Amino acid sequence: MTAMIDVADANKTFTMHLQGGIELPVVSGVTFRVDPGECVVLSGPSGAGKSSILKMIFGNYRCDSGRIGIRHRGALIDLATAEPRQILNVRRATIGYVSQFLRAVPRVATIDVVAEPLIAGGLARAEAQVRAGELLHRLNIPERLWQLPPATFSGGEQQRVNIARGFISELPILLLDEPTASLDAANRAVVVELIAEKKRQGVAMVAIVHDDEIRHLIADRIVDVTSFAAAA
Amino acid sequence: MADLDVLENDQPLLVAESLSKSYGRIAACRDVSFALYPGEVLAIVGESGSGKSTLLQMLSGQLTPSAGQVSYRMRDGVTRDLTSLGEAERRFLFRTDWGFVHQDPAQGLRMAVSAGANVGERLMAVGWNHYGRIRDTASDWLSRVEIDITRIDDAPRTYSGGMRQRLQIARNLVTEPRLVFMDEPTGGLDVSVQARLLDLVRSLVAELHLAVIIVTHDLAVARLLSHRVMVMKGGRVIETGLTDQVLDDPREPYTQLLVSSILPP
Repeated sequence: MTAMIDVADANKTFTMHLQGGIELPVVSGVTFRVDPGECVVLSGPSGAGKSSILKMIFGNYRCDSGRIGIRHRGALIDLATAEPRQILNVRRATIGYVSQFLRAVPRVATIDVVAEPLIAGGLARAEAQVRAGELLHRLNIPERLWQLPPATFSGGEQQRVNIARGFISELPILLLDEPTASLDAANRAVVVELIAEKKRQGVAMVAIVHDDEIRHLIADRIVDVTSFAAAA
Repeated sequence: MADLDVLENDQPLLVAESLSKSYGRIAACRDVSFALYPGEVLAIVGESGSGKSTLLQMLSGQLTPSAGQVSYRMRDGVTRDLTSLGEAERRFLFRTDWGFVHQDPAQGLRMAVSAGANVGERLMAVGWNHYGRIRDTASDWLSRVEIDITRIDDAPRTYSGGMRQRLQIARNLVTEPRLVFMDEPTGGLDVSVQARLLDLVRSLVAELHLAVIIVTHDLAVARLLSHRVMVMKGGRVIETGLTDQVLDDPREPYTQLLVSSILPP
């Protein structure tokens, strides 16, 4: 099978110029692959570099060396060396990122925050809003909140809006950074269900989850990040 | 999805090659090169005196570079060097395919004539002559920038700062330009008014597939609006890349300083 994500020997160090130029090694020799329909969970203690690896795969953090291979529209593209506009194209058509926190745009209604990725992909607004409503409903966001901007919602509600926004699009790769962190049991179960549906659709996923039970439910494979610990 | 394929294969709209400007022995801008593509938003960030406004003036053909050149792909598909354009051609470009949003709306508007005329004037400059159609289009644009239509006959000097800035945007966008230059467009506005304006600009840019070159010292503005940033210091571009990459993983000492100076929200 052809891998959707093929990371090979990727390295990342922060150089903190404001702290006298100290070097902060993050990860080195990161190597793993993710096939379509597979969910790989990154494990390791806090500070081991799990989130940094997700950010490197999304093109948000740069790599110092190595390859971040992404299958984008049938061809392999290396995000470690790609041009900014190529990375943007990969994000539009291939990779979605569900962060722990919603970066809300002021004044935009929840329903539109969720529908936006579909509208950007060319779907009619009305249809996109119907699909957004279905997902919000599944994630137990009451309909009376849909027309309000999510900025004033509780942490758990914002996270569910963010999950809806992340799961609505039909991108072949999803990166999940603690998608269930501040959710109750019922909503965690919904997220597990959504992940299972994505697997059946052939979506390749990389996830960070601290909850052992959730990890057990979603992981097809576990990649231990401590083996990529950068030598300080 | 078809338009995305076009995006990946298209030609640049504007290309800057080794642009420099010196005033006597002072180099205001040194050796700046980049390409801007249709629909792309580029933020030029840096503090006062970094050369960002000088660069914007050269890019928009208002200042002749000491060295280097700017070329622009015209609506007919032909790429032209800006310095080779005659004065009339340059003015026509400014009235049709380009917009320029000034920090101070008074510089981009005629303060004593009505809001409707401010918007309609740009249409007349490109040959529109049917009063009813001009008025309809002007009022349509006023509502798109969230200005109450009942204020159409009032002059912008009776408007608030935020309204003036929104009117300036309407005046610029009415001719459906492909490229808009913005010089600190939220500079003189209150924070709450800024948020509304940024939100409006963000949605219009996406909807109209505009290319934008925006000069700002405010990294939050760059993050919200731009795809790509160029960080300037002492007349040079010291770091450039995808906006979230440069802001979340800044590499240069000066960029790290800028990013670390932002107050947490």
